[in-house]
Amino acid sequence: MSLLAEIAISGLLVVGGTFILVGSWGLAKLPSVMTRLHGPTKATTLGVGACLIASMIYFPVFGGTYSAHELLITLFLFLTAPVSANMIAKAHIHRQGRGIDANPSDDIIDGLPSPQTASDWATFGGADEGDPAPTRVGSKERKP
Amino acid sequence: MTGTILPIALGFAFVCVSLSILLNLFRLWRGPLSADRILAVDTLTINAIAMIVLFGIAYTTSSYFEAALLLAMVGFVGTVAYCKFLLRGDIVE
Repeated sequence: MSLLAEIAISGLLVVGGTFILVGSWGLAKLPSVMTRLHGPTKATTLGVGACLIASMIYFPVFGGTYSAHELLITLFLFLTAPVSANMIAKAHIHRQGRGIDANPSDDIIDGLPSPQTASDWATFGGADEGDPAPTRVGSKERKP
Repeated sequence: MTGTILPIALGFAFVCVSLSILLNLFRLWRGPLSADRILAVDTLTINAIAMIVLFGIAYTTSSYFEAALLLAMVGFVGTVAYCKFLLRGDIVE
Protein backbone atom coordinates (compact mmCIF):
# COMPACT_ATOMS: atom_id res chain seq x y z
CA MET A 1 0.00 0.00 0.00
CA SER A 2 2.77 2.37 0.94
CA LEU A 3 4.84 1.43 -2.11
CA LEU A 4 1.84 1.84 -4.37
CA ALA A 5 1.11 5.28 -2.95
CA GLU A 6 4.75 6.26 -3.35
CA ILE A 7 4.76 5.20 -7.00
CA ALA A 8 1.56 7.17 -7.63
CA ILE A 9 2.92 10.28 -5.87
CA SER A 10 6.20 10.09 -7.78
CA GLY A 11 4.44 9.71 -11.13
CA LEU A 12 2.14 12.64 -10.42
CA LEU A 13 5.07 14.82 -9.30
CA VAL A 14 7.06 14.04 -12.44
CA VAL A 15 4.06 14.68 -14.70
CA GLY A 16 3.20 17.90 -12.85
CA GLY A 17 6.75 19.24 -12.96
CA THR A 18 7.01 18.47 -16.67
CA PHE A 19 3.73 20.23 -17.42
CA ILE A 20 4.75 23.30 -15.38
CA LEU A 21 8.06 23.46 -17.25
CA VAL A 22 6.32 23.08 -20.63
CA GLY A 23 3.89 25.89 -19.81
CA SER A 24 6.60 28.31 -18.78
CA TRP A 25 8.75 27.32 -21.76
CA GLY A 26 5.80 28.18 -23.99
CA LEU A 27 5.46 31.52 -22.19
CA ALA A 28 9.10 32.28 -22.89
CA LYS A 29 9.33 30.96 -26.44
CA LEU A 30 6.10 31.56 -28.37
CA PRO A 31 6.03 34.59 -30.68
CA SER A 32 3.00 36.74 -29.73
CA VAL A 33 0.81 37.50 -26.73
CA MET A 34 -2.19 35.49 -27.91
CA THR A 35 -0.05 32.40 -28.40
CA ARG A 36 1.80 32.99 -25.13
CA LEU A 37 -1.55 32.86 -23.32
CA HIS A 38 -1.90 29.16 -24.19
CA GLY A 39 1.04 27.92 -22.14
CA PRO A 40 0.33 29.22 -18.62
CA THR A 41 -3.44 28.89 -18.81
CA LYS A 42 -3.52 25.24 -19.83
CA ALA A 43 -0.24 23.46 -19.18
CA THR A 44 0.76 25.21 -15.96
CA THR A 45 -2.70 24.86 -14.43
CA LEU A 46 -2.70 21.14 -15.22
CA GLY A 47 0.79 20.76 -13.72
CA VAL A 48 -0.16 22.51 -10.49
CA GLY A 49 -3.28 20.33 -10.34
CA ALA A 50 -1.12 17.20 -10.62
CA CYS A 51 1.20 18.43 -7.84
CA LEU A 52 -1.80 19.16 -5.59
CA ILE A 53 -3.27 15.68 -6.23
CA ALA A 54 0.14 14.21 -5.30
CA SER A 55 0.00 16.19 -2.06
CA MET A 56 -3.54 14.94 -1.43
CA ILE A 57 -2.29 11.34 -1.70
CA TYR A 58 0.89 12.01 0.31
CA PHE A 59 -0.55 13.48 3.48
CA PRO A 60 -3.05 10.74 4.47
CA VAL A 61 -0.51 7.97 3.73
CA PHE A 62 2.77 9.38 5.07
CA GLY A 63 1.84 12.43 7.13
CA GLY A 64 -1.05 10.92 9.05
CA THR A 65 -3.22 14.00 8.59
CA TYR A 66 -5.81 15.01 6.07
CA SER A 67 -6.62 18.56 5.03
CA ALA A 68 -9.00 19.89 2.43
CA HIS A 69 -6.75 22.80 1.51
CA GLU A 70 -5.40 21.11 -1.61
CA LEU A 71 -8.90 20.57 -2.93
CA LEU A 72 -9.72 24.22 -2.27
CA ILE A 73 -6.56 25.43 -4.01
CA THR A 74 -7.21 23.15 -7.00
CA LEU A 75 -10.80 24.32 -7.32
CA PHE A 76 -9.80 27.96 -7.01
CA LEU A 77 -7.01 27.69 -9.58
CA PHE A 78 -9.17 25.83 -12.08
CA LEU A 79 -11.91 28.43 -11.66
CA THR A 80 -9.73 31.52 -11.88
CA ALA A 81 -7.26 30.57 -14.65
CA PRO A 82 -9.75 30.99 -17.54
CA VAL A 83 -11.12 34.22 -16.07
CA SER A 84 -7.70 35.83 -15.74
CA ALA A 85 -6.71 34.64 -19.24
CA ASN A 86 -9.89 36.19 -20.63
CA MET A 87 -9.15 39.47 -18.83
CA ILE A 88 -5.58 39.58 -20.17
CA ALA A 89 -6.74 38.81 -23.73
CA LYS A 90 -9.43 41.47 -23.56
CA ALA A 91 -7.02 44.11 -22.28
CA HIS A 92 -4.55 43.18 -25.00
CA ILE A 93 -7.19 43.30 -27.78
CA HIS A 94 -8.36 46.71 -26.60
CA ARG A 95 -4.85 48.13 -26.47
CA GLN A 96 -4.06 46.75 -29.92
CA GLY A 97 -7.36 48.03 -31.35
CA ARG A 98 -6.80 51.51 -30.00
CA GLY A 99 -3.29 51.77 -31.32
CA ILE A 100 -1.60 51.65 -27.91
CA ASP A 101 1.30 49.14 -28.04
CA ALA A 102 0.46 48.57 -31.69
CA ASN A 103 3.97 47.85 -32.84
CA PRO A 104 5.59 45.24 -30.65
CA SER A 105 9.10 44.14 -31.36
CA ASP A 106 7.99 40.80 -32.75
CA ASP A 107 5.87 42.52 -35.47
CA ILE A 108 2.72 40.53 -34.79
CA ILE A 109 -0.42 42.60 -34.26
CA ASP A 110 -3.27 40.70 -32.62
CA GLY A 111 -6.22 42.69 -33.90
CA LEU A 112 -9.77 41.55 -34.38
CA PRO A 113 -10.90 41.13 -38.01
CA SER A 114 -13.32 43.69 -39.37
CA PRO A 115 -16.96 42.75 -38.69
CA GLN A 116 -19.17 42.25 -41.74
CA THR A 117 -21.90 44.57 -40.41
CA ALA A 118 -21.99 48.34 -40.34
CA SER A 119 -21.33 48.73 -36.62
CA ASP A 120 -18.12 47.86 -34.85
CA TRP A 121 -17.60 44.94 -32.46
CA ALA A 122 -19.63 45.23 -29.27
CA THR A 123 -16.55 45.21 -27.04
CA PHE A 124 -15.37 48.39 -28.77
CA GLY A 125 -18.71 50.09 -28.12
CA GLY A 126 -20.14 49.49 -31.58
CA ALA A 127 -23.44 48.01 -30.43
CA ASP A 128 -24.88 51.28 -29.22
CA GLU A 129 -26.74 53.04 -32.00
CA GLY A 130 -26.40 56.49 -30.47
CA ASP A 131 -22.66 56.47 -29.95
CA PRO A 132 -20.51 56.85 -33.00
CA ALA A 133 -17.98 54.04 -33.07
CA PRO A 134 -14.57 55.40 -32.11
CA THR A 135 -11.88 55.07 -34.71
CA ARG A 136 -9.69 52.20 -33.68
CA VAL A 137 -6.31 51.87 -35.29
CA GLY A 138 -4.24 54.99 -35.21
CA SER A 139 -6.08 57.03 -32.62
CA LYS A 140 -3.98 57.63 -29.54
CA GLU A 141 -6.74 58.82 -27.25
CA ARG A 142 -7.97 56.68 -24.38
CA LYS A 143 -11.52 55.82 -23.54
CA PRO A 144 -12.92 58.45 -21.11
CA MET B 1 8.96 5.68 5.80
CA THR B 2 9.36 6.73 2.23
CA GLY B 3 11.60 4.84 -0.15
CA THR B 4 14.04 6.05 -2.71
CA ILE B 5 11.92 7.06 -5.68
CA LEU B 6 9.95 9.80 -3.93
CA PRO B 7 13.01 12.01 -3.17
CA ILE B 8 14.15 11.63 -6.79
CA ALA B 9 10.74 12.64 -8.14
CA LEU B 10 10.58 15.51 -5.64
CA GLY B 11 14.00 16.76 -6.74
CA PHE B 12 12.94 16.55 -10.39
CA ALA B 13 9.81 18.56 -9.66
CA PHE B 14 11.85 21.17 -7.73
CA VAL B 15 14.24 21.55 -10.66
CA CYS B 16 11.32 21.89 -13.13
CA VAL B 17 9.54 24.54 -11.04
CA SER B 18 12.78 26.48 -10.52
CA LEU B 19 13.50 26.51 -14.25
CA SER B 20 9.92 27.63 -14.85
CA ILE B 21 10.35 30.55 -12.43
CA LEU B 22 13.54 31.56 -14.27
CA LEU B 23 11.69 31.44 -17.63
CA ASN B 24 8.87 33.55 -16.16
CA LEU B 25 11.38 36.10 -14.89
CA PHE B 26 12.90 36.21 -18.38
CA ARG B 27 9.48 36.97 -19.88
CA LEU B 28 8.82 39.55 -17.15
CA TRP B 29 12.11 41.28 -17.97
CA ARG B 30 11.80 41.01 -21.74
CA GLY B 31 8.21 42.14 -22.20
CA PRO B 32 7.64 43.59 -24.75
CA LEU B 33 3.98 44.44 -24.06
CA SER B 34 2.14 45.11 -20.81
CA ALA B 35 -0.03 42.03 -21.31
CA ASP B 36 3.15 39.90 -21.42
CA ARG B 37 4.26 41.24 -18.06
CA ILE B 38 0.85 40.68 -16.45
CA LEU B 39 0.84 37.12 -17.80
CA ALA B 40 4.35 36.55 -16.47
CA VAL B 41 3.37 37.74 -12.97
CA ASP B 42 0.25 35.55 -13.03
CA THR B 43 2.29 32.50 -14.01
CA LEU B 44 4.88 33.38 -11.39
CA THR B 45 2.15 33.27 -8.73
CA ILE B 46 0.98 29.83 -9.92
CA ASN B 47 4.57 28.56 -9.90
CA ALA B 48 5.02 29.91 -6.37
CA ILE B 49 1.94 27.92 -5.32
CA ALA B 50 3.48 24.78 -6.85
CA MET B 51 6.76 25.48 -5.03
CA ILE B 52 4.94 25.89 -1.69
CA VAL B 53 3.10 22.59 -2.23
CA LEU B 54 6.40 20.84 -3.03
CA PHE B 55 7.96 22.28 0.13
CA GLY B 56 4.97 20.98 2.07
CA ILE B 57 5.57 17.48 0.69
CA ALA B 58 9.33 17.69 1.34
CA TYR B 59 8.97 18.74 4.98
CA THR B 60 5.74 16.76 5.65
CA THR B 61 3.99 19.77 7.11
CA SER B 62 0.59 21.02 6.03
CA SER B 63 0.95 24.49 7.53
CA TYR B 64 2.24 25.95 4.26
CA PHE B 65 -1.09 25.42 2.50
CA GLU B 66 -2.66 28.47 4.07
CA ALA B 67 0.01 30.53 2.31
CA ALA B 68 -0.69 28.74 -0.97
CA LEU B 69 -4.43 29.38 -0.71
CA LEU B 70 -3.83 33.03 0.16
CA LEU B 71 -1.39 33.40 -2.74
CA ALA B 72 -3.92 31.91 -5.17
CA MET B 73 -6.60 34.40 -4.15
CA VAL B 74 -4.32 37.45 -4.03
CA GLY B 75 -2.74 36.52 -7.37
CA PHE B 76 -6.11 36.33 -9.09
CA VAL B 77 -7.26 39.64 -7.61
CA GLY B 78 -3.97 41.26 -8.63
CA THR B 79 -4.25 40.02 -12.20
CA VAL B 80 -7.81 41.30 -12.51
CA ALA B 81 -6.76 44.66 -11.04
CA TYR B 82 -3.87 45.01 -13.49
CA CYS B 83 -6.15 44.17 -16.42
CA LYS B 84 -8.78 46.65 -15.27
CA PHE B 85 -6.08 49.29 -14.99
CA LEU B 86 -4.92 48.57 -18.55
CA LEU B 87 -8.47 48.62 -19.89
CA ARG B 88 -9.87 51.67 -18.15
CA GLY B 89 -6.91 53.60 -16.77
CA ASP B 90 -8.42 53.22 -13.31
CA ILE B 91 -9.23 50.37 -10.90
CA VAL B 92 -12.13 51.60 -8.76
CA GLU B 93 -14.35 53.89 -10.78
